[in-house]
Amino acid sequence: MDFLSYLINGLGLGSVYAIIALGYTMVYGIAKMLNFAHGDVIMVGAYVAFFSISDLGMPLIPSVLLSVAVCTVLGVVIERLAYKPLRSASALSVLITAIGVSYFLQNAAQLLWSSSTKVFPSVISNGGISWNGLTVSWLTLITIGVCILVMICLVLFINHTKTGRAMRACSEDKDASTLMGINVNLMISITFAIGSGLAAIASVLLCAAYPSVFPTLGAMPGIKAFTAAVFGGIGSIPGAFLGGLLLGVIEIFAKAYISTQLSDAIVFAVLILVLLIKPTGLLGKRIREKV
Amino acid sequence: MEKKKNLFALMTDKKHRGRTVSFGIVILGWAILEIMLFSGSLSSLFSSLLVPVCCYIVAAIGLNLNVGISGELNLGQACFMSVGAFTAVCLSGSLAGAIPAPLPRLLLSIVAGALLAALFGVLIGIPVLKLEGDYLAIVTLAFGQIIKSLITNMYLGFDDAGFHFSFVDNKVELKQGGKMLLNGPMGATGTERISTFTMGIVLIVIALIVVYHLMYSRSGRAIMAARDNRIAAESIGVEIFRTKMLAFTVSSCLAGAAGALYGLNYSTLVPAKFDFNTSILLLVYVVLGGLGNMTGTIIATIVLVLLPELLRSMQDYRMLIYAIVLILIMLLTNNETVRTWGERMKKQLKSRLKNRRNA
Amino acid sequence: MKMKGWYRKTVSVALAAAMTMSLAACGGASAGGKGSGAIKIGASGPLTGPAAVYGNAVKAAAEMAVEEVNAKGGLQFALDFEDDTHDAEKAVTAYGVLKDWGMQVSLATVTSAPGAAVAPMYSDDKIFAITPSGSSLAIIYRDPDNAADPYGNVFQMCFTDPNQGIASADYLAAHPDLGTKIAVIYKNDDNYSSGIFAKFKSQASANSLDVVYTGTFDDSNASDFTVQLKQAQDAGADLIFLPIYYDPASLILTQANQMGYAPTFFGVDGMDGILTLEGFDTSLAEGVYLLTPFSADAKDDLTTKFTANYKAKMNGEIPNQFAADAYDCVYAIAQACEAAGVTADMSASDICDKLTGQFSSMTFNGLTGQNVTWSASGEVSKSPKAVVIKDGAYVGVEN
Repeated sequence: MDFLSYLINGLGLGSVYAIIALGYTMVYGIAKMLNFAHGDVIMVGAYVAFFSISDLGMPLIPSVLLSVAVCTVLGVVIERLAYKPLRSASALSVLITAIGVSYFLQNAAQLLWSSSTKVFPSVISNGGISWNGLTVSWLTLITIGVCILVMICLVLFINHTKTGRAMRACSEDKDASTLMGINVNLMISITFAIGSGLAAIASVLLCAAYPSVFPTLGAMPGIKAFTAAVFGGIGSIPGAFLGGLLLGVIEIFAKAYISTQLSDAIVFAVLILVLLIKPTGLLGKRIREKV
Repeated sequence: MEKKKNLFALMTDKKHRGRTVSFGIVILGWAILEIMLFSGSLSSLFSSLLVPVCCYIVAAIGLNLNVGISGELNLGQACFMSVGAFTAVCLSGSLAGAIPAPLPRLLLSIVAGALLAALFGVLIGIPVLKLEGDYLAIVTLAFGQIIKSLITNMYLGFDDAGFHFSFVDNKVELKQGGKMLLNGPMGATGTERISTFTMGIVLIVIALIVVYHLMYSRSGRAIMAARDNRIAAESIGVEIFRTKMLAFTVSSCLAGAAGALYGLNYSTLVPAKFDFNTSILLLVYVVLGGLGNMTGTIIATIVLVLLPELLRSMQDYRMLIYAIVLILIMLLTNNETVRTWGERMKKQLKSRLKNRRNA
Repeated sequence: MKMKGWYRKTVSVALAAAMTMSLAACGGASAGGKGSGAIKIGASGPLTGPAAVYGNAVKAAAEMAVEEVNAKGGLQFALDFEDDTHDAEKAVTAYGVLKDWGMQVSLATVTSAPGAAVAPMYSDDKIFAITPSGSSLAIIYRDPDNAADPYGNVFQMCFTDPNQGIASADYLAAHPDLGTKIAVIYKNDDNYSSGIFAKFKSQASANSLDVVYTGTFDDSNASDFTVQLKQAQDAGADLIFLPIYYDPASLILTQANQMGYAPTFFGVDGMDGILTLEGFDTSLAEGVYLLTPFSADAKDDLTTKFTANYKAKMNGEIPNQFAADAYDCVYAIAQACEAAGVTADMSASDICDKLTGQFSSMTFNGLTGQNVTWSASGEVSKSPKAVVIKDGAYVGVEN
């Protein structure tokens, strides 16, 4: 029973990682950049949701929508101002800019909203389903449910809409896509918008489970989700989903069965092992090099 | 060919100009700062920055070998600093009785820190260098986290009865008069501060000699060939893995030496210091200074370490401004208009100089 | 993309030039600026980054105390508070900034590891320092492993970590009604938390307390505590000792509540502040015990006035024990300065001698305790009060 309960907790945590990782992986797939500011978009989303629920007294769903809207706009603005001018620059320049944006968001948040922790109001009632001594909280169920829903919507969108196809085309070959009449810049902006919107959803789920809101909130989930995205094969959407879930489960199991002190080391050791066996992650595509 | 040239020509010809400039800057900077230190005109703030800046420069030069020359994105350079730093701190702490003189102890600790970091470089390099691109980057990040986590869980102490070590759970119990060298998350405390600025400069010079030697040697050309086109390089017989391993090990070794100097500059050192953020900071120095450009790395490191200090009068806004400056520098250095404008200015300047010389 | 060499050079040269100029400028300022009738108090703490909340609380309270002391007309203080981002290296550079400014007395640092890095400098330069909240032994002792060889001129306003660990273990041994099967969850990459835990562990075994489970977390896992709580529950723990700060503690309380697990929670001074967390459901903290020298809800005049002024200054934020300790530090310095006849034109080392003498002999009454005294090695002696949270407020418990 312990095993099952740890597994479900792990899936809950992993679902949050997975949603964040989806944002990472989509941006990587199309813009070929590691968006280290992604974690800080989560932080902004958490603050927006916090203020709309606590201060404005808005109900949960409109708050989430507001948070999604703010983050989407923020994502597009960051992309336009900071990343678009660097489209032809080296990947490292973009990486450093992303780090700059991350510093900027953290420090701006501290100036605007102070450095003291705010506690996210409890939005989902306690309790849950009990079965044979195993209790699964509503929160965990909702988190896993939202994650699966997001995943399905995303796959449908990418595979079965015109925009989705255009996005895939861009990630395959930008020049060819331009020749086919696809507005590559627009596609990249849309990707950022979707990724940042997902970050907002993740932020609410994250804060519902772990109700602390502070300016560096996004840093750790950001790194973990980045790890999850690489785990599953960066650029691959099902990979990010799988990677996120696995990362959550491994983290909880490592804590439960090996050592709470070393859980971090264990998570990263598993990642290294996976990459040594499958160098492009679990579901990553092997890019064949041409001479 | 080179034998015929005189020393001046050798220093200023195209191939060696960069090298001459970097050594020149280091020696000149050292001379000026030593004079200022000697005459007491250097403020306390700047004298406290001397050693850490040297450490960051050495570690960043090593990282530039990795990222700029060998083309490997390394997100875990700080973990090698960590290995070097804690090795040096432990060694220096346990040898305090045997070798009371600071200088030989400092030298020994730095050598030990560098060697152990190099060993870690080899061990980590074996799995890491089999991967490519961003996968390699994440594995270096992962190793950085693992090393940090391991050091956070190490307890090492010594007393009359010898050394005591334990892992995860602190079972080290020392007799009266014993000393904890590593105290888990609390790291090392009560370290004797024996690092000197001169030693920092010596390390920078050594780092430059090593890196330039490597860059212009046969192995260096092989490393760069492998970076620019792996398949072509492989086809003409370059052993990719070996050359990359060489660069990676030298890079870790330099980081270890830098860490050792850093660790012995403060009376306390916590493992959390060498986390992902420190690795990223080193990467920022390298990218801002220019990939493969050692002079650039030196200048960028100095500027970026000083920037937050100079912004102290901005109070709460200083880190915000630091972030904006970072973004703006990246945008401007990659902006076509700014570049072409500069290109034009440079041409004009050149032709004007030429005209003047002709007239 | 090839980097264009010339551009970088231009930028570099320009920046290098600006740097040299500022370098010279700073050197000049430090030589010139001294005396304006106020004693210069320096301090550093994290004003940015993850630990910023502690630095900002100390800064605000210290500023308040300085303003109040100055308003009285007699002794005049000037305060310079520098950011050290909770990093030893930055604390040393902040120390340089303060020294260049002409600091005569210091509040040292807010946090422990940076404090341990600058303590030898205060000793070398003979500047008197009293840290409001740096609780590690390494701040006052050159040899912290044996609590020997004190710096002599570095003092603490807060309890040392070992002191709190021992006090907690003793309190639990004396009050078996709170719980007999004890679980501990502590933050193993944190100086403060592991420092308290280490002493708690040894004292608990000396008191033959039954510690059934020990769990840890660190910076990268500071949000999910379901595993630790579940294992504590499975081990049958009816009391959980939390030697941690209040923000992770609030997560532990929330998650325990979600699991339907309700042991007695027992905290130390870091737990203070849990009721003031914006948005925290204080009913979750009902019945939490903590040992703290300060509670913002105390009804005495000093505390009510302090709390009201602090709230006015900090947009309604309620002061925690960091702020109270900082406030006391400034008042203790003021009391010692007055008693020793310290004036602003004295050198830092003269002031240091006078204050060191005063502190090891004087008695101080402040927010965080009555009849507070210091040993010659710099450790504070005051009694932690055990309080329990009832109806969202602290209620004192008879010891």
